[in-house]
Amino acid sequence: MFIALFEHTPALYSAILVSVVAFTVRTCVSLHPYSGAGKPPLYGDFEAQRHWMEITYNLPISEWYFNTSRNNLEHWGLDYPPLTAYHSWLCGAISFQLDPHWVALETSRGHESYAHKLFMRRTVLVTDLLLYFTAVWAFVHVLFRTQPVTHKVGLAAVLLLQPGLILIDHGHFQYNCASLGLALWGIVAVSSHFDLLGSVAFSLALNFKQMELYHSVPFFCYLLGKALRSRSPTQKVTLLGITVVTTFGVLWLPFLADMETALQVLRRQFPFERGLYEDKVANVWCTVSVFVKLQRLLSAASVLRLTLFTTVAAILPSSWALLRNPTPYTFILALGNSSLAFFLFSFQVHEKSILLAALPLSLLAHWHPFASLWFGVLASFSMYPLLTRDRLALPCWALSLLFLMLSLAFLQIRQRRVSPHQKLLFAGCVGLLLATCSLSHLVTPPPKYPHLFPLATSVVSCVQLLGFLGYLHYLQFTAGDGKDIKTHNE
Amino acid sequence: MVADLILLYAVIEYCKHQRSIDEQHEWSSLSVSILVLMNCGLLIVDHIHFQYNGFLFGILLLSVTRMLQDRYVEAACLFAALLNFKHIFIYVAPAYFLYLLRIHCFMSSSGSVNGIHTRRFLPLPFIQLGILVVAIFIASFGPFIYQGQLGQVLSRLFPFKRGLCHAYWAPNFWAMYNLLDKLMTFFGTILGLAPSSGSGLASGLIGEHYHQVLPSVSPLVTMVITALTMTPCLAKLWLQPTPSHFLKALILCAYSSFLFGWHVHEKAIMMIILPMCFLVVKDHRYFNTFLLISTSGHISLFPLLFQPAETLIKVCLFIAYSMMTFALFKIRSQKSGWTYGCTLSPFQLLYIVVLLLVQVYCTFLHGGLGFLKRYEFLPLLMTSVSCAVGVVWSWLLCYHDFLANQKECVV
Repeated sequence: MFIALFEHTPALYSAILVSVVAFTVRTCVSLHPYSGAGKPPLYGDFEAQRHWMEITYNLPISEWYFNTSRNNLEHWGLDYPPLTAYHSWLCGAISFQLDPHWVALETSRGHESYAHKLFMRRTVLVTDLLLYFTAVWAFVHVLFRTQPVTHKVGLAAVLLLQPGLILIDHGHFQYNCASLGLALWGIVAVSSHFDLLGSVAFSLALNFKQMELYHSVPFFCYLLGKALRSRSPTQKVTLLGITVVTTFGVLWLPFLADMETALQVLRRQFPFERGLYEDKVANVWCTVSVFVKLQRLLSAASVLRLTLFTTVAAILPSSWALLRNPTPYTFILALGNSSLAFFLFSFQVHEKSILLAALPLSLLAHWHPFASLWFGVLASFSMYPLLTRDRLALPCWALSLLFLMLSLAFLQIRQRRVSPHQKLLFAGCVGLLLATCSLSHLVTPPPKYPHLFPLATSVVSCVQLLGFLGYLHYLQFTAGDGKDIKTHNE
Repeated sequence: MVADLILLYAVIEYCKHQRSIDEQHEWSSLSVSILVLMNCGLLIVDHIHFQYNGFLFGILLLSVTRMLQDRYVEAACLFAALLNFKHIFIYVAPAYFLYLLRIHCFMSSSGSVNGIHTRRFLPLPFIQLGILVVAIFIASFGPFIYQGQLGQVLSRLFPFKRGLCHAYWAPNFWAMYNLLDKLMTFFGTILGLAPSSGSGLASGLIGEHYHQVLPSVSPLVTMVITALTMTPCLAKLWLQPTPSHFLKALILCAYSSFLFGWHVHEKAIMMIILPMCFLVVKDHRYFNTFLLISTSGHISLFPLLFQPAETLIKVCLFIAYSMMTFALFKIRSQKSGWTYGCTLSPFQLLYIVVLLLVQVYCTFLHGGLGFLKRYEFLPLLMTSVSCAVGVVWSWLLCYHDFLANQKECVV
């Protein structure tokens, strides 16, 4: 009903309106506190990002990843790949022009002011517009060319108003929109047979956040699968290889001067010494640890091997299925499977990584609007303990409600029926999750179990995520030839 | 925010009412929900600037809905309660009083004597309503009357010492009057016709403000002018008491009080805009008027949010709301093929462009040109007067439509 109103207005008008509304929602969320606001000495992710701007702007590249007298890695050392560092440098340069105090070496630590917060929020807004918004419209326009305007605009609205992404980027404060936007550009490009451009886009995404490795296996399998079916496989594979290596090379150039620098950068990105999981996360290992304390039973090396083994085992089936049947639809399914597998079984997973799974699940909204709706709500509430700490609980509820209404309207547009069983299952699972989240505000946990509610949230979310993993595998194995979407080459 | 639930309830009740009288209610229900619940002005005033207007307007709109549903007693009680929450709603009290009196307390005889309908006064409904309303007032004022503080309460409620205009001039007739006075003083000084006074174009303070050239205005004068401007619409309401006329008269009373009242706050513009949302979804002839008042009204609320973070939000909210409004009516006009299209006249378009340019100047250029200290009242003045033009224009259009149009529309 709501989205039917775009039926008669020109497509461009609706696109602008949806973008303005999505943008307005983001500006409203950005009024809320950020991670670590007013909590010295470490503060939070906001301070981390500001610190990176300080470090990259003031220090030479050789010192960015190293522990030196001027760069104390204990205070939010850089632990993302080079593209984040370059982005921080750019923001730092602009920041310096506006007010040097914001990025002054050493003295700007823990700087908190109204104007600075405004500036930082605006960097996220701009990055979001340039990378994520454009990617969403490209996705909707390129892959669903033959669909009616209402469907396209509705899908874009659902993608642009994902509660989890908005809350983390514009509330907690991060730049996931950059890496997810680039990854989405990669998906659009490879789905419409611009493989080389797609691999460049994805390499850029990977160099922005190493967590994009969650998406890397499907990209690899899809491109390989397509290459093997083409007329000259070896040529294609070689070209792809060269493109990826070149992209990496260009970005890592300053760090390839000697082995030690390159290794240090890698070490900062993959800190294996940090333990199986930080905080309570909706991960299998965290859930298992409720009953069995794995860290006590096994050595650190064994734990690492266990996680590696299970992750690889979880990824193999969908990767194999993708190799055998590479279509845009199965590609997106495989992305979902892979990111969920990594999230559930991997080492050192942060709750924010659920966003990597949320992206492909949201892209499936065209084919499976109900699953997409469920996952969107699940993803944002699985991060509820984190959001509560950041005082973002209220926007979480508000945005999830907005998303729910929009998704229900989209369901109607796609004319999908939801069976009573599905409704019951949804009500039960999500209801339980919402209950644990609400209870965390209303009831004080017993002293013996101070982390009762975050743990309960994580366990309930984990069970549902496992369910999604199973469901997506089922979909991928029963997928057909993928003739239902037409891109310009077909 | 919880209090706003009553606004939601009012809208739901209105949609139910629409469902009962109109087969094609879906569009009007959807539109009224969007126009009222996502009203840019309400969001700015309530949730960012902070007041409880959502709650109060919820009661007003509920009361109006009840009136449209012919549930007079409920409507009267709701309105009496509302008056006791915020007495600003006295702006529309005449419409209520006259309509209730006419429809509830007078009975039209079915026949006519020499072509004149005779009306019989029914004392019982009158007493019933009177008792209920007085009871509500006593419940509210009771404790203060008991303690002998009624005089103090009334003087706090009606502070006539505060001056003709608020610190930020509401976009009404007196804003234009003030500007005219200032301009005449300015030119008079230059031409050597009048002695120069202390205040230049920069002042805008609360307090007694005496006009230099034009005659000063007292509270009594404003009351008389307001009453005079209300009379034509109230007369038509008395002669032809129908629900749609009630709604239109209510809006016109709000207009008169806003345009000519004493010490009007700019937020009172919502009293015009929100009831008009109800009107415009049913009677599409008012679309141009609505767009005018909606645009100038919301822009006049911009100065309430002056912090840099909120500037972006208010602009985005305004753009989103205006685009949504336009899209809603465009669809409707295309679907039903109206004879009167949903387009703005070239003059109206020009006016809106000028309005937006003024805002661009106020937000960006004024500070940039270094006038911030010297003429710090200038942006407020410009906003106020430019919006006042729109408000007066839409008022004239609205009045003309009400008095001239004979074709009835069911609301």
